[in-house]
Amino acid sequence: MTRGAAGPTLVLVLAVGVLVAAGVTLLLERSLTRILLGIILLGNGVNLLILLGGRAGAAPLVGSTSQGEMSDALPQAMVLTAVVITFGLTAFLLAVAYRSWYTSGDDEVQDDLEDRQIVRLAESNEVSTADLGGEGPNGDPEQVDPEPARRRLRRDGETQ
Amino acid sequence: MSALVPLPVVVPLLGAALTLLLSGRPRLQRWVSVLCLSSVLVVAAVLLVQAYRFGPVVVQVGGWPAPVGIVLVADQLAALMVLVSSAVTLCVLLYSIGQGRGETGETAPVSIFHPTYLVLTAGVTNAFLAGDLFNLFVGFEILLAASFVLITLGGTEVRLRTGSTYVVVSILSSLLFLSAVGLVYAATGTLNMAQLAGRLDALPSGVRLTLQLTLLLAFGIKAAVFPLSAWLPDSYPTAPAPVTAVFAGLLTKVGVYAIIRTETLLFPGGQVATLLMVVAGLTMVVGILGAVAQSDLKRLLSFTLVSHIGYMIFGVALSSVAGLSGAIFYVVHHITIQTTLFLVAGLVEERAGSTDLRRIGGLARIAPMLGVLFFVPAMNLAGIPPFSGFLGKLGLLQAGVAAGGTLPAVLVAAGTLTSLLTLYAASRVWNIAFWREPRLATATPPARLPGLMVGATTALVALGVLFTLLAGPLFQVTADAATDLRERTPYVRAVLPRDVP
Repeated sequence: MTRGAAGPTLVLVLAVGVLVAAGVTLLLERSLTRILLGIILLGNGVNLLILLGGRAGAAPLVGSTSQGEMSDALPQAMVLTAVVITFGLTAFLLAVAYRSWYTSGDDEVQDDLEDRQIVRLAESNEVSTADLGGEGPNGDPEQVDPEPARRRLRRDGETQ
Repeated sequence: MSALVPLPVVVPLLGAALTLLLSGRPRLQRWVSVLCLSSVLVVAAVLLVQAYRFGPVVVQVGGWPAPVGIVLVADQLAALMVLVSSAVTLCVLLYSIGQGRGETGETAPVSIFHPTYLVLTAGVTNAFLAGDLFNLFVGFEILLAASFVLITLGGTEVRLRTGSTYVVVSILSSLLFLSAVGLVYAATGTLNMAQLAGRLDALPSGVRLTLQLTLLLAFGIKAAVFPLSAWLPDSYPTAPAPVTAVFAGLLTKVGVYAIIRTETLLFPGGQVATLLMVVAGLTMVVGILGAVAQSDLKRLLSFTLVSHIGYMIFGVALSSVAGLSGAIFYVVHHITIQTTLFLVAGLVEERAGSTDLRRIGGLARIAPMLGVLFFVPAMNLAGIPPFSGFLGKLGLLQAGVAAGGTLPAVLVAAGTLTSLLTLYAASRVWNIAFWREPRLATATPPARLPGLMVGATTALVALGVLFTLLAGPLFQVTADAATDLRERTPYVRAVLPRDVP
């Protein structure tokens, strides 16, 4: 940001636009590595956007500049926090991508479960919810009227 | 008394550090976690009483006065949320301890579970108590970072596949939130919510609407409101049972809380009421139709979770005191019930070896207690009188009827239909999994379930029933909270005593 500029310079605004656009394009990819790159670009674009929200000016140190020329320190503090957070999340996502490649051989994001189930059912020409009720009352011995319990004949020797 | 406000955030964070140090001594680790969450529960109860009797409790972090420094605010809504969430997290923690060996048969680093879980709790409470938009963002990030670790716990292939979707979607919503924060600051020059309330009112309505929609988009993804909800049923069910339970109960509700807060405090006036109502109706109907078609218990419950978010959004969209009060009551009810049902699903998995409805049956005969533990919350969710689910839905539907007009009437009809379809889905699970001929998916079922798991689930079922018994006083609190939210002045005056708009 240039000192004394009336507002955000056009170059910075364009940079935000380009970063976000490139980030979104990469997010639409299937490979987790490219998605990760997209998130990095998108995150940087958003951070730059926050920086644009504050007033430009000289370093906000009391004594070194007059109050009117100071830049707004708050967006800078927020960007610092946001950068740290984005960095941590990026590292985690990198670990996920690596682990995913390690366990399954690639880092592609698959179709979701529902889609795959529906495709499978459509291929085998089945209805999506088969009746799970299953058996009638006769299939379950405890739902049929029990026969009277059979009495065992007692032998004299056991009744003691 | 205001010294208590930061404790629900600080205590779990310190506890997380301590449990990380104690990772070699699991016994001590468990005691520390339980102690932390119990103390948070007590503090939250005191805060709620305080907020109910004397108005919002505010603490200025570091002693910096309000617009400059960061504030933590425990008004009635925030305190109630912290109370319910800490009760639920404590029960889930006990459940996970009861599950003992953590993930049986897997090489999961269980020592990491407790610190991460406590960090998650700290993030949730921080989001509830934040009086500052950026602090709210930080709260979201804390809970998200912890949830990323929990959802990929163990690093198996399936969990990574579903977890990566969750991670990417969450990061995207965070970035949207972050850009919204940046835009709000650029437009108003502040992020303190109390100060924003005044300054946003002064903005041109076009700018105001843009900011509102950006925030809504970010929170809508987190709360899993219909067009943005597709990530949820895929990512939640594969995580370990206690993790799924606490995610289902709390994480989406943090999004709903953020929507309630922004729609009442920052953007009152119902500029987007129509949009919210349409979205709420679609969330309800589409979600429950998804649930009806499922053949796995956990996936089915995930879809009911999405569906019932619609009720809360409906209440927010009405933006009357009755609607908001109903929405808050419903959030409280739903946090408890949804968590309970996922815990029961975990018990079913433990007992029968699977939650796939095609492979299990006759559980009511094999494990009658499990049947009771499922039946009560399932009927509660479906809204059978006299349970709290019925009372919450009744409150919302009454508010909808009182609002009048075509769209609320359509929403009332959709809500009734959703309730009936939930009953259908719940009784379908009951018929298939608990009646029928006994059938287990495992050859070696455990003789009995761990006592602590059953105990923790029973405690949550009892809590759900307690909401039914205490519905009168609870509705009083939520109505009071809703009145405060509508008026805005109690919140603003508590944070900025000098300049009330």
